[in-house]
Amino acid sequence: MKLLTLNFLTCAIKTCKTQPASFPLHPRDAELEIVETDMNLPFLKNILPRLMWDELRTITSELGLPDLPPTPPTRSNLVEGGEKDAVAEEEEQEEVVEEPTQTAKDLHRILLETCIKEGKLVCGACGHEYKVMEGVANFLLPGHLV
Amino acid sequence: MLPTPSTSHVCFDRVYEPAEDSYLLLDTISSTSEAAFLQNRFGHVSSTPPLILEVGVGSGVVLAFAAANARTIFGRNDVLTLGTDINSFACRAASQTVSTALREPTSSSSIFLDVANGDLAGSIRPHSVDVFIFNPPYVPAELPDFSRHENFNTLPAGQEKTTFDQDSYLLELSYAGGADGMVVTNRMLEQIPNLLDLKRGVAYVLLCAQNKPEEVKRHITGWGPGWGVETVGTSGRQAGWEKLQIVRIWKEGA
Ligand SMILES: C[S@@+](CC[C@H](N)C(=O)[O-])C[C@H]1O[C@@H](n2cnc3c(N)ncnc32)[C@H](O)[C@@H]1O
Ligand SMILES: [Zn+2]
Repeated sequence: MKLLTLNFLTCAIKTCKTQPASFPLHPRDAELEIVETDMNLPFLKNILPRLMWDELRTITSELGLPDLPPTPPTRSNLVEGGEKDAVAEEEEQEEVVEEPTQTAKDLHRILLETCIKEGKLVCGACGHEYKVMEGVANFLLPGHLV
Repeated sequence: MLPTPSTSHVCFDRVYEPAEDSYLLLDTISSTSEAAFLQNRFGHVSSTPPLILEVGVGSGVVLAFAAANARTIFGRNDVLTLGTDINSFACRAASQTVSTALREPTSSSSIFLDVANGDLAGSIRPHSVDVFIFNPPYVPAELPDFSRHENFNTLPAGQEKTTFDQDSYLLELSYAGGADGMVVTNRMLEQIPNLLDLKRGVAYVLLCAQNKPEEVKRHITGWGPGWGVETVGTSGRQAGWEKLQIVRIWKEGA
């Protein structure tokens, strides 16, 4: 399970959803694996405003991964030589090949290539533990919690 | 015609096999009118990538189709796809279907996240979904006995194979929808207003004639001002009745 997926998940228990501490879910006893995948630079630039950066930093530090910078990178930080202005980009988007910076490569590795293979995801509000097995997280609740 | 993703690796003894309903979803989201609607909403190149969530992915054929044809359907390559299914075998099968489809040379280079094993969209962060897709268990038939779920959701301890009872149960989950075939769909509809992105969220839900689609649509309109619902795809027309239809649910001018 990719770390970016955690940006969109929360505790499945209904009464938890309104509690801020139910997001993000916290990985515990996680066995990580790297699954390489093609880099999509336009995606990385566009996803920045959707990333819950502080929560992502919490997750990476809980996993013992290298610290992410305190503030998210900008679009320009991701492109070698900086990003061209938006208008030029739209007109020429098919032709211009942009080169990713090391920051972009690191972000790609964290969000899309670093996967939780086995372990648990723990809700910060109620403490419920969701298992991850062979990369698949299990959010099914025992009958009394539904 | 856009290519249909391969599901040849999926064992259809315990995972729903793509059928008329699945294909109606593919045809509908890629139809000229829906692609135009979606591109208008999501096609701007530097807006944030839309998250596409399919609940009940089954073989993964629909999610894989959306992922692999993102450019044609959404007007951009950088969409995110995420799935859920209550059946853990379907979760694994669907992951493979999407990954395989994305490796095709003609496919869009979109971003596949994961398929989580869970009930409906219960574990998805509120208001994070831009495009929601659901082909529910819609047949009016008694719901399976969920007390067996935990046992039947994984391989029996120490075994390599599922049992016959287990397979029957898992397939029942894929079609049996309780009274009017609407019990699971109604639970899902209830979650939709809280699931969709407040500005640009849109949902596609499949209904069959026995689901009383006109009543369902009236119910959705009653969610409040601004909610729109429209039939945007149909199949199996018989004597003026559509056997299956896809409704699009969205918030107007939100
Ligand atoms: C009609 S099949 C559709 C499969 C696939 N999307 C397609 O179109 O071919 C319904 C799917 O919903 C899943 N399902 C049933 N109840 C569910 C629930 N409560 N939560 C999540 N998935 C569910 C079933 O396991 C099955 O895979
Ligand atoms: Zn919780």
